Amino acid sequence: MKIKVLGSGCTNCKTLEKRTIEALAALSITAEIEKVTEYADIATYGIMRTPGLVIDGKVVVQGYVPTVEKLQEIIQTPLV
Amino acid sequence: MITHATIRLTIITAIMKQLSAANKFSMVVLLLPVWIALYLSLDRLTRVIVYSFLSMPEDEHLTRAVYFFIFEVPKVLLLLTLIVFVVGIIRTYFSPEKTRAALEGKPLFVGNVMASSLGIVTPFCSCSAIPLFLGFVEAGIPLGVTFSFLIAAPMINEVAIVLLFGLFGWETALLYVIMGLIIAVTSGWVIGRLKLERYVEEWVYKIRSQHAPVEEQPLTLTDRIDHGWDAVKDVVGKVWLYIMIGIAVGAGVHGYVPENFMAGIMGKDVWWSVPLSVVIGIPMYSNAAGIIPIVQALLGKGASLGTALAFMMSVIGLSLPEMIILKKVLKIQLIAAFAGIVGIGIMIVGFIFNAVY
Repeated sequence: MKIKVLGSGCTNCKTLEKRTIEALAALSITAEIEKVTEYADIATYGIMRTPGLVIDGKVVVQGYVPTVEKLQEIIQTPLV
Repeated sequence: MITHATIRLTIITAIMKQLSAANKFSMVVLLLPVWIALYLSLDRLTRVIVYSFLSMPEDEHLTRAVYFFIFEVPKVLLLLTLIVFVVGIIRTYFSPEKTRAALEGKPLFVGNVMASSLGIVTPFCSCSAIPLFLGFVEAGIPLGVTFSFLIAAPMINEVAIVLLFGLFGWETALLYVIMGLIIAVTSGWVIGRLKLERYVEEWVYKIRSQHAPVEEQPLTLTDRIDHGWDAVKDVVGKVWLYIMIGIAVGAGVHGYVPENFMAGIMGKDVWWSVPLSVVIGIPMYSNAAGIIPIVQALLGKGASLGTALAFMMSVIGLSLPEMIILKKVLKIQLIAAFAGIVGIGIMIVGFIFNAVY
């Protein structure tokens, strides 16, 4: 599983990264987490609100920080 | 007071978490009368606290200051909670994506009016200003129309409206919204007419998103209520301290600063007070919630409405941090043009109000 946290380094982006790590730990899933901080790179994902979360190339969260529980749900949802 | 509010917020959050969909809705319906009862009894409660419980003498400086603080803080926080909750729910019906789609292919003036109006209701945070700017540019929305959105979105926000409504009355709040819209529309239109596209960084025009636009999840009423509640926690959690400090300083001004003290600095006969207020307002951004109560207090001490309005618009609408963020996508000339045009617009509003009132 490849996870990308999209955001320029604002508080919300850091919280999202922290909660994602917590959610992964709670599920005992190991994943590669990458931070995307360049606006030009973030824009290629077609999102207009940060922070964003991308799992295996698909945008699953944009513009808000889900709770750890909600993130666990999102991570476990099979990608279509 | 502080701990009380925090505890109440925590308890309600816990309750909201436990409730099912139908119950959440009825909870909101039930809380509304409680809110109204509290709001209506604030005056009486304050009297009881100040005169009976604290047994302070009437008509003294300290009494007036304490009364003002005890009355205004819960009033503004109550108003803020309700309005932010309602606005939070309304905003779930809007998104930058929908706004972008609505603005595509609109001619300049119509586009400016629509962008300014949508700027009020579209969820926006200055930390997302760049992704939003890039998204608009990629969709081919004219620069001037994009600017109308970027000017209206931060300037006309619910925190400012609540504070203006609570402390100045609905007339001033409405005036502020209308003036904000006029400034956003005309400034965006002027920027569009000046053809400043060459002052946008070149890489911006090369961006092509490689992913299909993110499809939006359909929201249930419960989701929308949750969003409203999240907005309350987020916004109230962020600004309550500034509001308390602002009202505390305002209370001090009310009680101790002599009448007409401000007439020489912010009075309507001092022509330079308007431009000076705009310039001072630019670097003051995060304190918008705290500045409105202080300005309100100064208004009673000889400051004029036009100057006060110009100062608040500058504090809220023109922010140095946002300009620094925009520097990533805009060249300095365009940022200067943006600040200059909006600043002049705010000054004109200030001068007109000083002349009329």
